[in-house]
Amino acid sequence: MRNVKISTGEKGNGRAPAKKGTLKRVIKLMFAFYPVMLPIAVACILFNAVISSIPAIFMQNIIDLIDSSYKAGDWSAVGGRISEMVLILGGLYVLSLASGIVYQQLLAIMTQGTLQKMREKMFDGMQNLPIKYFDTHNHGDIMSYYTNDIDALRQLISQSIPQILISGLIVITIFCIMIYYCLWLTLIAVACTVIMLFVTRFVGGNSSKYFRRQQAAIGKTEGYIEEMMNGQKVVKVFCHEQAAIADFDRINGELFDESRRANKFGNMLGPILNNIGNIFYVIIAVSGGAMLLLGAPNVAICMLPLSIGIIVPFLNMTKQFSGNINQVSMQVNSVVMGLAGASRMFELVDENPETDDGYVTLVNVKEIDGELVECVEHTGIWAWKHPHGDGTVTYTKLAGDVVLSEVDFEYEPNKPVLRDVSIYAKPGQKVAFVGATGAGKTTITNLINRFYDIADGKIRYDGININKIKKADLRRSLGIVLQDVNLFTGTVMDNIRYGKLDATDEECIAAAKLAGADDFITRLPDGYNTLLTSNGANLSQGQRQLVSIARAAVADPPVMILDEATSSIDTRTEAIVSRGMDALMQGRTVFVIAHRLSTVRNSDVIIVLDHGKIIERGNHEKLIADKGQYYKLYTGAFELS
Amino acid sequence: MIKELSKSVREYKKASILTPIFVTLEVIMECIIPYITAELVNEIQGGCEFMTIVYYGLVLVGMAFLSLLFGVLSGVVCATASCGFAKNLRHDMFERVQNFSFENIDKFQTSSLVTRMTTDVTNVQMAYMMIIRIAVRAPLMFVFSVVMAALMGGMVSVIFAVVIPILAFVLFLIIRKAMPIFRKVFKKYDNLNNSVQENVKGMRVVKSFVREDYEKQKFKTAARDICGDFTRAERILAFNGPVMQFCLYAVMIFVLSFGSYTIITSTGSAMNVGQISAMLNYSFMILSSLMMLSMVFVMITMASESGKRIVEVLNEKSTIDNPENPITEIADGSIRFSGVKFKYSEKAERYALENIDLSIKSGETIGIVGGTGSSKSTLIQLICRLYDVSEGSVCVGGKNVREYDVETLRNAVAVVLQKNILFSGTIKENLRWGNENATDEEMIEACKMAAADEFISSFPDGYDTYIEQGGANVSGGQKQRLCIARALLKKPKILVLDDSTSAVDTHTDKLIRDGLKKYAPDTTKIIIAQRTGSVEDADRIIVLDGGKIDAVGTNDELLKNNAIYREIYTSQNKKNTDDAVKAVENA
Repeated sequence: MRNVKISTGEKGNGRAPAKKGTLKRVIKLMFAFYPVMLPIAVACILFNAVISSIPAIFMQNIIDLIDSSYKAGDWSAVGGRISEMVLILGGLYVLSLASGIVYQQLLAIMTQGTLQKMREKMFDGMQNLPIKYFDTHNHGDIMSYYTNDIDALRQLISQSIPQILISGLIVITIFCIMIYYCLWLTLIAVACTVIMLFVTRFVGGNSSKYFRRQQAAIGKTEGYIEEMMNGQKVVKVFCHEQAAIADFDRINGELFDESRRANKFGNMLGPILNNIGNIFYVIIAVSGGAMLLLGAPNVAICMLPLSIGIIVPFLNMTKQFSGNINQVSMQVNSVVMGLAGASRMFELVDENPETDDGYVTLVNVKEIDGELVECVEHTGIWAWKHPHGDGTVTYTKLAGDVVLSEVDFEYEPNKPVLRDVSIYAKPGQKVAFVGATGAGKTTITNLINRFYDIADGKIRYDGININKIKKADLRRSLGIVLQDVNLFTGTVMDNIRYGKLDATDEECIAAAKLAGADDFITRLPDGYNTLLTSNGANLSQGQRQLVSIARAAVADPPVMILDEATSSIDTRTEAIVSRGMDALMQGRTVFVIAHRLSTVRNSDVIIVLDHGKIIERGNHEKLIADKGQYYKLYTGAFELS
Repeated sequence: MIKELSKSVREYKKASILTPIFVTLEVIMECIIPYITAELVNEIQGGCEFMTIVYYGLVLVGMAFLSLLFGVLSGVVCATASCGFAKNLRHDMFERVQNFSFENIDKFQTSSLVTRMTTDVTNVQMAYMMIIRIAVRAPLMFVFSVVMAALMGGMVSVIFAVVIPILAFVLFLIIRKAMPIFRKVFKKYDNLNNSVQENVKGMRVVKSFVREDYEKQKFKTAARDICGDFTRAERILAFNGPVMQFCLYAVMIFVLSFGSYTIITSTGSAMNVGQISAMLNYSFMILSSLMMLSMVFVMITMASESGKRIVEVLNEKSTIDNPENPITEIADGSIRFSGVKFKYSEKAERYALENIDLSIKSGETIGIVGGTGSSKSTLIQLICRLYDVSEGSVCVGGKNVREYDVETLRNAVAVVLQKNILFSGTIKENLRWGNENATDEEMIEACKMAAADEFISSFPDGYDTYIEQGGANVSGGQKQRLCIARALLKKPKILVLDDSTSAVDTHTDKLIRDGLKKYAPDTTKIIIAQRTGSVEDADRIIVLDGGKIDAVGTNDELLKNNAIYREIYTSQNKKNTDDAVKAVENA
């Protein structure tokens, strides 16, 4: 039952759209992070947009001046006014540049800062989530919050929103200026733009459809490559290379077809937009010229008659107008994706954290006249500090006495995993669980350290109901070694020290010796300083288990849970490890789950579980003599699955 | 590197050459359009005939359509060229990897091979697309625009001589400053995401050691560091836009002021209004083509890392090749190791195997036991040349394994690997790996021998049951038995079981061994096992320790004379339970 995974959906494009109000939340969040910078940046963006559209007016003025006076050839007559205009234009450009620099710098800072804070929020939130979350969510999906979704958010903050603001405002300003100069030409420009938008929609729509299909083909190809690379040695052993290549070529060919189609449409969009822009440019030029020639009456706010001085800047404005509308329409997709990403990340942040109502804590104590007295220094003696309702505080020495009484549990409603399970583990006892996969062995350990909470019954630790113990303190008093070893990037020494952060090198090495790991570690190229990456890929499964045992040993907990901890270690090495463990666990409680019955044989109590119920219990000799299920397992008449 | 990669273009050479040609045509059209527009503007200004305007209009629209056509064509052939190139790259890599020996595979590691064939190929594909399209378009656009601007603007175009070097220089500076930071921070970013992944996967460890706060702190430090680097790089890059704008503005102001001066003082003979508007157009084209170039440059630099990683795979020489005039017949299943030494890499200090001298007769059953790291698996992998010996020789059927055709050898020597894998597909499809042409009867026979027929028949779909990737939907013991059956279908002369029954119960384990003995008496059987029970009825048992043969003998001899064997044996069979076990077996 370890791997109850419910996939929350496909990766990437196919995932759910954004929740309502996400945009508002993103903006609120950014405002909270940057109460000063954000308004300044927005102001600069708006200012920049307006400023960028105004030069057209001055250009019209200058060209009109030239047009009206060039035949005279007298520079001194108009030179002054032209210079004046150019100066104002220059001034505007300076303002535009300045505001541009300011907002782009601020955006760079705010984008990265927001992403950073978002990452931290997610990671902090994630660390506080209960194990259930990780058991029920696809790990790939969780990872994509930190990769795909963060990227989509970056796109949204640094590109899409500013671009839409700028382009939107430019479009409005230019539209106003265009109407100011000539209504007819404006109408033509708008009509052209509408046509252009339709073409974009069509080509763009096709392209995004095919890109989605390309994505699926990529997924399939990657899946195949991964499976084959993982099984490459088997392929070699069976001389299956040619067949594998043939299979791969088929899948690879499909990917080629899909990606060619998608890229075709993607590549077409640019030239199409560009040249439609060119055609419109021509249409405006021709119709403008025609109107000028035919002396058509101009309808405009400026009340000026149509002139070459209006048509030339108008041509440029048309380009700017349609270009910016394109910009906005191209951002739509990434806005949708960015908001969807943000919405998912908020979901993670909003996830309910693991609750902890415990108030009993673990403290260091000294024994003075038979009384336990709390102290700050490290004494090696631990006690549970139990404050009571009446204000008194009692101390109970940490011993490692664990009692489960009549425990029921289910992961999902109406699918009981454990029924009426009672177990007594006295300090110093070794209790073993035996049973098929799904019998509930691991579940019991999940309950003792409160990764999950029981549905009914009671679990007591040194006589205290574990619900009253602070989770952190409870877990600190339990050492767990799991079958699936997870090591972290860092040296071997770092990984062992993970069990006790202030452990000295000597302590770590002593723990490694105890776990039987010292021998192979010293033979690694850099000994204890050998760098482990990707979960210790450079070690064998057995070696990784040894490191994880050393890691638990250095923590030196009073209760130890070994869940298939030695499954990949050969029986000889296991014998060495178990001798070390026995020495370490002298007087402490150990729970052992093992497939290999030779591992559990010397336990004080062996509990045989079947479908969440205890069917046999006793030591090895008793269970063999009973000739029940354990006996059958032990003599090999049964296969554990 | 480029030479290596370009070998994979092959049948897409035509498309790869057509793309730049179409791009060139498109650029020419695009550059002429403003020129003709300028003419049109002047005609209008000069008060021409209406038909002249229509004429110019038609010419312009015609050119725009041509430009559109070329643009679309270039886009289409470019898609074919770049996707085809990527397809060939993936094919070439996959094919290369298929030729890899175990040593090559070990060197690269699975996950790295997967990234190389996916992400890296995508990066190179993007860069290729950029190169044949943008990297052609941008310089052409640049050159054409400069020429056209010079033709039109005369003296006014002098401004470009000033502005272009400035822009180029600043862009160069920006890239040079930002790129190293990006390269560094991307690596850090990968590490950060790796550590998140470790946390997600190892959350049980984090929580049971109560290391939440420690991890948060670690993450915060790393994330802040990255944020700092990213911000620095992005802030440098953020100057791209303003610099470009500055240059554009400078050109505009110069063109407007100097241009108007020229027009007026020459009374329109040296320059005209249409030319001013065209100059403004060209200046935009010139500067944006420079921007594009800088972008291409960045893309290519980034993709070159991926290119290097791809070439590494393509250039990797398989360490095991077929000999010239290989032998394609194998006489029998006899094996002889003489003076064999082996180490996994040249650099390794210790030999994994040393002084192995061993002779195995055809049809013999050999057990191999020993602790982790005693090189049991290494020993058997030398038999079918999964690795080559460092010193000494291995002979099969009386001939050195290096003289055989590799496929012949591996078909005669079936190895069931310890880390075995089933592939997604039906049981039948998986079994056919052993023999493509196996009949249903042969498959059932092999499965019966491997004690797999019983559970397969109990599945609703029987032999057509679909096996999920990695065999996720069958139990460990069932998987092992399917793997054995798959190997048996080869009808091998030598069968090697590398810890292949560890998840199978002892009773079934025995059934399999008995079946092998009965139905494949002439096959040499080599069984590596953790359980001494799996090898105790072997003709001979080899005890390996630290890469050397510690002892060879039967179960009884070794129990009497060999300390290691006795230790392994007793750790599994305590005296008081022995009798119970035996009693059951005899019953």
